[in-house]
Amino acid sequence: MHDKSVAELARELESGKISSVELTRQFLGHLKQEDEQLNSFITITEDQALADAHAADEQRAAGKATPWTGVPFAHKDIFCTNGVATTCGSKMLANFVPPYDATVTENFRKAGAVCLGKTNMDEFAMGSSTESSHFGATTNPWGLGKGEKRVPGGSSGGSAAAVAARLVPAATATDTGGSIRQPSALCGVTGLKPTYGRVSRYGMIAFASSLDQGGTMARTAEDNALMLNVMAGFDPRDSTSLDRPVPDYTATLDEPLKGLRIGLPREYFAGDLNGAVEEEVRSAIREYEKLGATVKEVSLPHANLAIAAYYVIAPAEASANLSRFDGARYGYRCADPKDLLDMYTRTRAEGFGAEVKRRILVGTYALSAGYFDAYYLKAQKVRRLIQQDFIDAFREVDVLMSPTTPSPAFKQGEKSDDPVTMYLEDVFTVAINLAGIPAMSVPAGFVDGLPVGLQIIGDYFSEARLLNAAHQFQQVTDWHQREPQ
Amino acid sequence: MQWDIVIGLEIHVQLATRTKIFSGSSTAYGAEPNTQANAVDLAMPGTLPVPNEQAFRYAVMFGLAVNAEIERRSVFERKNYFYPDLPKGYQTTQLERPIVGPGYVDIDLASGDTKRVRIHHAHLEEDAGKSLHEDFHGMTGIDLNRAGTPLIEVVTEPDMANADEAVACARKLHGIVTSLGICDGDMSQGSMRFDVNISLKPKGSETLGTRTETKNLNSFRFMEQAIAHEVERQMDILEEGGTIVQETRLYNGDRDESRSMRTKEEANDYRYFPCPDLLPVEIDDAFIDEARNSLPELPDARKTRFKEQYGLNDYDAGLLASDSKLAAFFEATAERGKDAKLASNWVQGEFSARLNAEEKSVADSPISGAQLGDLVVRIADNTISSAGAKKVFEALWSGENDNVDAIIDAKGLKQVSDTGELEKMVDEVLASMPDQVAQYQQESDPKKQKKMLGGFMGPLMKASKGQGNPKLFNEILVKKLGG
Repeated sequence: MHDKSVAELARELESGKISSVELTRQFLGHLKQEDEQLNSFITITEDQALADAHAADEQRAAGKATPWTGVPFAHKDIFCTNGVATTCGSKMLANFVPPYDATVTENFRKAGAVCLGKTNMDEFAMGSSTESSHFGATTNPWGLGKGEKRVPGGSSGGSAAAVAARLVPAATATDTGGSIRQPSALCGVTGLKPTYGRVSRYGMIAFASSLDQGGTMARTAEDNALMLNVMAGFDPRDSTSLDRPVPDYTATLDEPLKGLRIGLPREYFAGDLNGAVEEEVRSAIREYEKLGATVKEVSLPHANLAIAAYYVIAPAEASANLSRFDGARYGYRCADPKDLLDMYTRTRAEGFGAEVKRRILVGTYALSAGYFDAYYLKAQKVRRLIQQDFIDAFREVDVLMSPTTPSPAFKQGEKSDDPVTMYLEDVFTVAINLAGIPAMSVPAGFVDGLPVGLQIIGDYFSEARLLNAAHQFQQVTDWHQREPQ
Repeated sequence: MQWDIVIGLEIHVQLATRTKIFSGSSTAYGAEPNTQANAVDLAMPGTLPVPNEQAFRYAVMFGLAVNAEIERRSVFERKNYFYPDLPKGYQTTQLERPIVGPGYVDIDLASGDTKRVRIHHAHLEEDAGKSLHEDFHGMTGIDLNRAGTPLIEVVTEPDMANADEAVACARKLHGIVTSLGICDGDMSQGSMRFDVNISLKPKGSETLGTRTETKNLNSFRFMEQAIAHEVERQMDILEEGGTIVQETRLYNGDRDESRSMRTKEEANDYRYFPCPDLLPVEIDDAFIDEARNSLPELPDARKTRFKEQYGLNDYDAGLLASDSKLAAFFEATAERGKDAKLASNWVQGEFSARLNAEEKSVADSPISGAQLGDLVVRIADNTISSAGAKKVFEALWSGENDNVDAIIDAKGLKQVSDTGELEKMVDEVLASMPDQVAQYQQESDPKKQKKMLGGFMGPLMKASKGQGNPKLFNEILVKKLGG
């Protein structure tokens, strides 16, 4: 059963071949056994999951089943779950049990889905390797066959590894600069970062508020569509969520791609791009041509400024967002503080890891008197230019395609000592967050036995089109079905 | 050396919304600590602010009341600093683009002139919680009930030249916000908090001196004292050739002293930047028109009306109109009492004096405007003398009885005004005092005669057991003695 997609499991449950309780037991057994190697979960909520599965079976018996009723899945440990520890991968929140659900959590609960636990992540979503988690690194299931310990990408590396290893068919994730797409690419799964404002941020622990967006991760595009159906929509508790109708994202999956205009941004096929990765991506694009799409080269002239602008804006926002972790009300507090300043400084020195501290320092610096104009304001201007690049490009084409990452999964420890090299993992993904547009990563081949991701970028609120393009590709390829050994 | 005093005000006005500016928690004062603080107010991870429309409406009403421009697109920013009563580690406020732009108020001066004080801007922000340093045995308690209460911070230009003008401006703004109903105006509970910026410069100089900011002024009286105190402090330093340090000072009203809280060098770098959790606030014409149409009568308009409707002079009308509660009390008194001038005298005299003596506000008054009006009626129709009226007021205030006529009866304060009865008493008294009558009639100086009348009043009041109408006795005496 653990090989099946969300859509397939829904059909099994609907047919009555298996109950949700049985299905949950099977998944929990597999998960507990397999995750010893991967460390993709921070918390496994066995009792809660079985209780939810029981309720799901009752819901179905009462004739009130949704496509999610009784289907197992997992939440990234950045989404608050009422009564269940929500750590954000940090020592700071290791003991934090929220008394409320995130809107995303609440939506899955209402749909009757069964959450098996909370997945591992880079601390406060800051990282591209899931190595900075207080709860230990997650290992990419690809490479284990060759005895190699490779990173799953990050920050949603736990969700990506768990989906790739068939521990769950789907998992929620978040993306601030690439944290859904990069791990999806490195683990060979399908992930979608929606338009900023499409999915509520309420109860999703903030890293950089103007960039953070909750999204989906599963093996198929269809399952991503099923997830987005549950997650998308206006939320009065999030002032930045957008009040626009939510389509049924599964309804348009089968539309033909004939006439689809694909743009290839020149700047995303350059620089340190691994040649073998490029070849896999270009070969995927040829598949699209076979499906009736046309391809042309386009330009995003300010693409080379994206990393610099991102690493000013995101840390600046983070420096304020993380001020609430001060030891006063919840979370970690240092032992025996001798006064207020001592409580603040030791709580934060002991509770945050190195990368989080680095970004708080960078952000604080960028906002300081005398530097604000040169850094923060300048970065915001660059952000406008980047946004305009995409607006201009979408006058000519329907979607943009590129590699998701410049190279496949790297080895654990390989980039840990060099933050800037690590930041360059996001070179093809951050601009999308700065612009606020949606993008996916779709499995598109392998290099040395490691998955390669194709990034599909769309205009604002074009999630249905992206899912349609990914689904059609998955009808003629099987990269997304490959299983790590 | 002669000095010019330069004063500007910063006023925090707590808006009387039912819920907080970014959460659904109640803003009611005086609840058990932390019972009005939800996950948003506690800055729990993942929670987000949702703006309260009523706070924007109140801010716009204030802007319109001080003749200000309303900014169509205002922006919330984060002001970053660590303090335990600031749960997010930043205050959400406005800096570059406040909701209320430049405006002005006109204040009445003792000289009878009016002076215009310019408003630099007013912005919306959230209040912090409270740190409680008592009752925790060397520790500090945090109460977050107040955290997130909406405030507007009003900043004036440095247009005031002495304490009287500053207090007049403060009272004017107090009258405006209470008349608008956007703030309860209670300074002792911190609903309205005034900070005073003061600097001195050589008389006639164009260059402003270094200013200080004085905080913690929870009454108009303390504000006046604090300004006098700070002006004197600065003058002493300057005259001895010293320089003023730019700093924030904390005033202690009970001891009439101030101390430095922090200097400019010690001030935080607040690292303001636009709050990414909140979109810019867009305000359209319809919203402004709706706010304009909902504006109640403001002190200036009320003053004009009091002059016309009640025939009050400029001074009395201005004083009674300045505070909406006092104005409403006066109108209730005048309506029942039918004699506006007498009502005005009693509201400003006995009534206000009593409130001040007991440090009460109009809202705490044990008597109503209608009751005072009943008293005015009995004074105007000569039922009681002014001495009797004070006794009735006393009985009303103490709660001895709440009915004016019942008090008059019970205390036997009713004046005898029956002229026949009074004439009889006069005749009897005059008959018993022939020498004094003769003396009076031989006197040719009317002034001395007038003085001699007093000699008959004592026995007359005694004869009437204190209830004879003194005015009528006087008239009858003059008639009888002169005849």
